[in-house]
Amino acid sequence: MAENDKIIDEVVANDYKYGFTTNIEQEFAAVGLSEDTVRFISAKKEEPEWMLDWRLKAYKAWLKMEQPKWQNVHFPEIDFQSIIYYAAQKRKKVINSLDDVDPEIRNTYDKLGIPIQEQKLLAGVAVDYVMDSESVITTFRESLKEKGIIFCSISEAIREQPELVKKYLGSVVPQRDNYYAALNSAVFSDGSFVYIPKGVRCPMELSTYFRINAENTGQFERTLIIADEGSYVSYLEGCTAPMRDENQLHAAVVELVTHDNAEIKYSTVQNWYPGDKEGKGGIYNFVTKRGICQGKNSKISWTQVETGSAITWKYPSCILKGDNSIGEFYSVAVTNNYQQADTGTKMIHIGKNTKSRIVSKGISAGNSQNSYRGQVQVHRTADNAYNSSQCDSLLIGDKCGAHTFPYLEIKNSTGKVEHEATTSKIGEDLLFYCNQRGLTNEEAVSMIINGYCKEVFKQLPMEFMVEAQKLLSISLEGSVG
Amino acid sequence: MLSIRNLNVGIAEKQILKDFNLEIKPGEIHAIMGPNGTGKSTLASTLAGKEDYEVLSGEVSFNGKNLLEMSADERAREGVFLAFQYPVEIPGVSTTNFMKAAVNAKRKHQGLEPMDAKDFLKLMREKMTLVEMNKEFTSRSVNEGFSGGEKKRNEIFQMAMLEPSLCLLDETDSGLDIDALRIVANGVNKLRDYKRSFLVITHYQRLLNYIVPDYVHVMYGGKIVKSGGKELALKLEEQGYDWIKEEVGELAN
Ligand SMILES: Nc1ncnc2c1ncn2[C@@H]1O[C@H](COP(=O)(O)OP(=O)(O)OP(=O)(O)O)[C@@H](O)[C@H]1O
Ligand SMILES: [Mg+2]
Repeated sequence: MAENDKIIDEVVANDYKYGFTTNIEQEFAAVGLSEDTVRFISAKKEEPEWMLDWRLKAYKAWLKMEQPKWQNVHFPEIDFQSIIYYAAQKRKKVINSLDDVDPEIRNTYDKLGIPIQEQKLLAGVAVDYVMDSESVITTFRESLKEKGIIFCSISEAIREQPELVKKYLGSVVPQRDNYYAALNSAVFSDGSFVYIPKGVRCPMELSTYFRINAENTGQFERTLIIADEGSYVSYLEGCTAPMRDENQLHAAVVELVTHDNAEIKYSTVQNWYPGDKEGKGGIYNFVTKRGICQGKNSKISWTQVETGSAITWKYPSCILKGDNSIGEFYSVAVTNNYQQADTGTKMIHIGKNTKSRIVSKGISAGNSQNSYRGQVQVHRTADNAYNSSQCDSLLIGDKCGAHTFPYLEIKNSTGKVEHEATTSKIGEDLLFYCNQRGLTNEEAVSMIINGYCKEVFKQLPMEFMVEAQKLLSISLEGSVG
Repeated sequence: MLSIRNLNVGIAEKQILKDFNLEIKPGEIHAIMGPNGTGKSTLASTLAGKEDYEVLSGEVSFNGKNLLEMSADERAREGVFLAFQYPVEIPGVSTTNFMKAAVNAKRKHQGLEPMDAKDFLKLMREKMTLVEMNKEFTSRSVNEGFSGGEKKRNEIFQMAMLEPSLCLLDETDSGLDIDALRIVANGVNKLRDYKRSFLVITHYQRLLNYIVPDYVHVMYGGKIVKSGGKELALKLEEQGYDWIKEEVGELAN
């Protein structure tokens, strides 16, 4: 109950507690997007020629593409010329030790509850801190290096691991994959890079903490994780942003690659600013996440807890190419007030005996709209493919909506696909029943939500499970009378 | 323990309870009988604090406190328990977790620490035995897929867990088979003590063979129109409500 108390206290005390800004001296790219912007970013990052060419190719592709309109979300047209595509802290060039990190930035991460200090970090979690367009610092990298693990910012990887980056960047999400992926490919500024060598089990959780700070700025990070044969890594990303009245764009790309017998577990706790109670402001979160199980017996598992953003548009997917490979998607998506989420997954079965599992838990409250969109493709080559999907919707109150859009494409008759969907509602009778047993509305909702999301929460690393539970209670504050 | 004075309650513009009066002393069992739609569940829900019911006037004091000023969850923590006529299903929450939350909410209210896991499980086992409930039910979501009778038994189990001082039983006997009726009644009897009071709403005298009441009241038109001992229930069983309605009619004339 003590834990519960804390949650309620926080619920009462806070709306969006991550909504402060950091005062640091920053430098920006000129407003708007042109070939010059792309060149500017590339030059700022001291990138090699091949990288600039890669970006320009993406930029040219993007110019010819159109914004997708098929999602079940509604928002005013985005003016891509009013966004700043690069913001970074003005600072001395090289950060060699933690002491070199700007105290204001340290302060920010302290306030967010993730101090940049190796000894104080959650036991066994290495963190890459990304603010706006720059990676601030990556912790624990020396001890990881001893095992041959590379964990650094993508900018650094471009400079120092060109062969790996050239080989894998865009191999899962090509530049012209979709409108926002093309945009990201042209202007991405930072993100994390992970390489786990053959046979290595990464001894700690790897984590990136994304923070949008600057005004009118888009965040376009790029993450690339490669698990070589027989390796294993668990990776977690967290995201927050200050409260601002305008909408801010976040268009990230994440690519995962697993070789034979390798496994990547990718978890997200997304808490971008969702806008205020009237639906003003908030982050547009348009993200492309995709992993490929390249090798046999490999596994990719996506777990996401999505509570923030005004609009979420995101479908972490698995391409199951290697025989016997496994793809998993566990998702909790919460929408409250005027938030809109259109999220789900794609499981693409190509190899034999490939398996996928989808567990999606949508929670809608207030006036929000929550859509699950999931696709299962079983290709001709995928003998004995198996998919099970469980899509549950929970409604709190009666002004919100939940929608489910499952798509099936089965081209091999030996496959087996199971789909189950439920809708439940936290209505007055249910709350009264809980009240009658001594629980307040907040306690009742928190209990029901935690029960409802159990299957997803238990996929998260322990420390983040508690975090995720708290986050949910906070997001649903005031959703019942 | 419970004192209801001139209680008037309405719902959706319609007055249901009309100048309702009742006194219950510690340790007493009161049975309320009466035709459908006379306001028995309304009484129980109002006492439990359901917001749809609008208290127009009247007073209710519970252990010396003004019950009507408390929220539903506060009343529960103060020791009012309602065994629902139609128990609700709670998706995704096991009976064990539900009871853990409820027991600890009450303990917190009493200034006690949360119960430790071992003691809690011991308490669960003890109370499950009381209502002869199968262990399997406690790991399933509360009431989800339970049969009508199983839901009712689960209500009594929860009552036993929470050890309330006022137990309101709204037609707990309906939907129970003969064995279950005996089990539920036994459960209630074991919970009976000199402090704990019961208000038992029922349509059938049969229940009162097992749970022997101190008083039987007949409710009609939103108020108690006749009170007596347990023999009143027998008379109702034999003769129905017509003679009561006649008497009330005469009184009204
Ligand atoms: N939400 C509501 N809106 C309108 N009328 C209602 C509502 N709830 C209850 N009533 C009415 O109030 C009256 C009393 O209902 P109540 O449930 O208290 O009766 P009861 O004595 O418990 O009946 P039963 O023996 O059938 O359980 C009924 O006429 C019922 O239709
Ligand atoms: Mg009734």
